[in-house]
Amino acid sequence: MKSHINARNVIVALVALGLTLLPAYSALTGNIFILTLFTRIVIFALAAASLNLIMGYGGMMSFGHAAYLGIGGYAVGILAYEGIGSGFIQWPVALAVSALYALVIGALSLRTRGVYFIMITLAFAQMAYYIASGLSRYGGDDGLTIYKRSNFGGLIDMSNRVQFYYLCLACLFGGIYLIWRIVNSRFGMVVQGVRSNEQRMQAIGFHANRYRLVCFVISGTICGLAGALLANNTDFISPATMYWTRSGELMVMVVFGGMGSLFGPVIGTIVFLLLEELLSQFTEYWALIMGPLLLLIVLFARGGIMGLLGRLSRG
Amino acid sequence: MLVLIEQSLNGLQFGLLLFLLAAGLTLVFGIMDFVNLAHGSLYMMGAYFAATFVAWTNSFVLGILLALGATLLLGIALEFIALRHLYGRDHLDQVLATFGLILFFNDAVRLIWGPAGLSLPLPAWLTVPVQIVPGVFYPAYRLSIIAVALAVAALLYIVVMRTRIGMLIRAGASNREMIGALGINIKLLFTLVFGLGAALAGLAGLMQAPILTVQIGMGENILILAFVIIVIGGIGSIRGAFMAAIFVGMIDTLGRAFLPDLLRTVLSSAAASTAAPALSSMLIYLLMAIVLVVRPEGLFPAAKR
Repeated sequence: MKSHINARNVIVALVALGLTLLPAYSALTGNIFILTLFTRIVIFALAAASLNLIMGYGGMMSFGHAAYLGIGGYAVGILAYEGIGSGFIQWPVALAVSALYALVIGALSLRTRGVYFIMITLAFAQMAYYIASGLSRYGGDDGLTIYKRSNFGGLIDMSNRVQFYYLCLACLFGGIYLIWRIVNSRFGMVVQGVRSNEQRMQAIGFHANRYRLVCFVISGTICGLAGALLANNTDFISPATMYWTRSGELMVMVVFGGMGSLFGPVIGTIVFLLLEELLSQFTEYWALIMGPLLLLIVLFARGGIMGLLGRLSRG
Repeated sequence: MLVLIEQSLNGLQFGLLLFLLAAGLTLVFGIMDFVNLAHGSLYMMGAYFAATFVAWTNSFVLGILLALGATLLLGIALEFIALRHLYGRDHLDQVLATFGLILFFNDAVRLIWGPAGLSLPLPAWLTVPVQIVPGVFYPAYRLSIIAVALAVAALLYIVVMRTRIGMLIRAGASNREMIGALGINIKLLFTLVFGLGAALAGLAGLMQAPILTVQIGMGENILILAFVIIVIGGIGSIRGAFMAAIFVGMIDTLGRAFLPDLLRTVLSSAAASTAAPALSSMLIYLLMAIVLVVRPEGLFPAAKR
């Protein structure tokens, strides 16, 4: 039997524990900033984890994943603007619209492979970006301020930092659990099988594209949830959320941590956003360092941080 | 009618500019199988170099020639230092590494030239309007863009289709191992092709500079357009890139010019003026989606590998 105590699992457990205890640390030290920062990190980790589901396990390089962040966010923002403040309506709508968008985009995009797939998902996300820019009733280019966070009938106080943080964390852990279940189910096996050899899966009798599409929709829906959280966190949503460089950042987070590893995207997001934060404190020109760093990671650290840890624990 | 002629010329000019950008991208992509997101950064650098050198030398032509050379050298340096290690890696690695380069170039420009944009003033002899048909005046500079881009397109066609270098380039596009086996120095060929691609991007950037402001991130929007073009035209196909670029330039320009009026005939004026900008921005993405659904390989795919 393989030992489960290795560097990789220890780090994952420590990170999960750290995330859980973070509000206590924040309260003890009076450091509110760290809680705000990590709320953002947890939300983006959820988005990165959803991208990892299709990228890491399904082999589908979506370059338009930020679109779901925007769609989920706009669902919350527009409903709030129109006077529907209940989270019990806002959130299901956010999920449903994201799922529907993913269904349409996926059905069209999955006709293509490789670079064409990367480009077509990018093009559809740009379309969503331009639609949002054209919503002049909801702020157009300038974006939409959300004056009231989603109302869950007193169950959760969304404006309480700690409660909101735990809600985000619950969504993240829930999302990862769901992805874990999916990846290890028969369905997930088929999707991974299609990634490694599509023709063989077709020959065995699986309708490869149907499996891919369902996986694509699930991923989009989870990312839509991250969008709803993000809109509640910033009290604001704008087309910029969907711009293609944001999709690039999500990809970076996944690859930083390690594609196709369950917890990798979470660690990748933490490292990426912390690095961004630290570097921007050190210099205004943080991207000057981040850019080449990214290049070096791609060149020398294949498999990301989780890959490095894996090699470490194998000795 | 006169407006239509003018807007069609605008569309043609924009399309040709996009072609220069897309041609460089598809050369690199088709031959080296390399996805270079930083192509837009080279476009931006071309514009910044031009604005700087023209101000230094006080000569428009000299400044532009220097800028072109500088972008060529930058491209070659970039290939030599970083990108050549990424050939043969999967596309995702290339996307990420060159995404990192975008971050780097944007901040480098901000550090060197400051956050405010630059402008590149035109010399007097390029600002005069030219009468093309009776009653229609068109800016000389835009006409010169059309002329230069057409000349470059023709030159590129001749180089690629009629010369030995072009033969190697085409051979490289269809079978990389083969030209290596023939004793051709692929490394050098790739460096040259990448430099050529960079120079084309720089040329597009510096020609666009006097029309728009030279600013940080200017390459990002237009890069996506260039990708749309090579995907519509078929990856690796110069002819496809040319046709698709003109097509996209026309549709984009004419859409922006005439869609509001067109919509007004079916919608209320308020609804039309709201929907038109978003719809005209989306037109080309819509076009790309339709093309990919109907012909997933693009309209004019290059010969199969």
